[in-house]
Amino acid sequence: MNHIDVELSGLRVKLMEMWDLVEYQLQSGREAMLTADHELAGKVLKLGKKVNNFDVKIDRMCENLLALYTPVAVDLRLVLATLKINANLERIGDTAEGISMFVKNRENRFSPEMLEITKAVAMFDEALSMFHDCRVAYKANDTEQARAIIKRDKMLNKIYRKSDTIMAEYMRQHPDNIEEGLALLSIIKKVERVGDQITNIAEEIIFYQDAKVVKHKSKKKLDKDKD
Amino acid sequence: MSKKNYKLEARNLNAYYGSFQALKDINIAMEEKAVTAFIGPSGCGKSTFLRTLNRMNDYIDGFRVEGDVLLDGKEIYTKDVRVDELRKEVGMVFQKPNPFPKTVFENVVYGLKIQGIKDKKRLTEAAESSLRKTALWDEVKDKLDKSALALSGGQQQRLCIARALAISPSVILMDEPTSALDPISTAKIEELIHELKKDYTIVIVTHNMQQAGRVSDQTAFFYMGELIEFAKTKTMFTSPKHDRTQNYITGRFG
Repeated sequence: MNHIDVELSGLRVKLMEMWDLVEYQLQSGREAMLTADHELAGKVLKLGKKVNNFDVKIDRMCENLLALYTPVAVDLRLVLATLKINANLERIGDTAEGISMFVKNRENRFSPEMLEITKAVAMFDEALSMFHDCRVAYKANDTEQARAIIKRDKMLNKIYRKSDTIMAEYMRQHPDNIEEGLALLSIIKKVERVGDQITNIAEEIIFYQDAKVVKHKSKKKLDKDKD
Repeated sequence: MSKKNYKLEARNLNAYYGSFQALKDINIAMEEKAVTAFIGPSGCGKSTFLRTLNRMNDYIDGFRVEGDVLLDGKEIYTKDVRVDELRKEVGMVFQKPNPFPKTVFENVVYGLKIQGIKDKKRLTEAAESSLRKTALWDEVKDKLDKSALALSGGQQQRLCIARALAISPSVILMDEPTSALDPISTAKIEELIHELKKDYTIVIVTHNMQQAGRVSDQTAFFYMGELIEFAKTKTMFTSPKHDRTQNYITGRFG
């Protein structure tokens, strides 16, 4: 194997390790939210430090690769994409930690009715599934799947957009649950951001593989640009 | 092809050393006052092609070309083209600095003297102007009557470029001009190339991929006598079209 290949595959492995960690954080954040599990929420928060270490390490690896190997073409795109995916993973980890903070600051579970009408759980599950599939797409260099993931973000946006009105109505009916409602709204906002970050990652996979820039494009156009 | 005026063009160019075909059906058009880099593994034909641009291969036994090479739209492989006139238009700089064992001054004005120019004032002006263009003037103005061989390698190479410029060519061909130089001298030559392209069309053969990236506007990748890909340098080094190009520039050849 070429020496730069050794370095690049080392970089990919590092990124996958970080990805696993962040996926665990996000999954556990969901779990902790639904079960009001303070211990689990604490674990998610604690993992943040480890994720940060990965973040710094991966940035450093990219810096060294650029300085020592002056990669070009597909190699250069991999390093650039990795830098951005790294930043997005770190942000998703932060979001999982933010959700865990909400869990820790509350005693009780969220009311099932509130979760039901906002579709918060369905939203969270879709984000998790997108995140998982995105990892598969990255590993397999599958840009078809990456494109599919970008489209799936629509569902999250839709739920997010409706959540304000639904919650306002609910809180009017249940004035005692206003704090709980605000907390859930914040979580929904955070999950919506996760969708955006997964979209960013999927865009980087396409950039790396196909040398195409798809960010800031309307999702309809995405199909047209395939060839 | 568009109506755009190209400085140098090759059309269906084939070149042979005896029975060996060194260039296969090359079609390329190079813009004026721009830098074009030729890259490719040893034996790919890039230097052969560079040397067809001022008929430097004419001396090689058994060498022949088919097809057209055009300078300013005019065929250069015809009987009515005088090779010495052609080389006044198309200067050349080689891999190793090759100053003549003469003074710095005599080196720079050598081409002009060959042309029969004797006027001392004119020669002095031409020497200063060429040496200034190659950023060598301040370094050698007090050593004009000293041997050119006493200069450093980097200075010798800039002297050779000055010598090429003195006869006012419009094209400068460079065959790995920095491969024998240290990084500082290399950087100076590269700076010089940036300066020179304001007035000259430059074609450079280089084995140094980063150098092609730094100095050229367009890059041509040759492989086994064929022109595989020719594109803007930015495109070549970020998203080349052909796998062969990508494998070569990323060092995964073979």
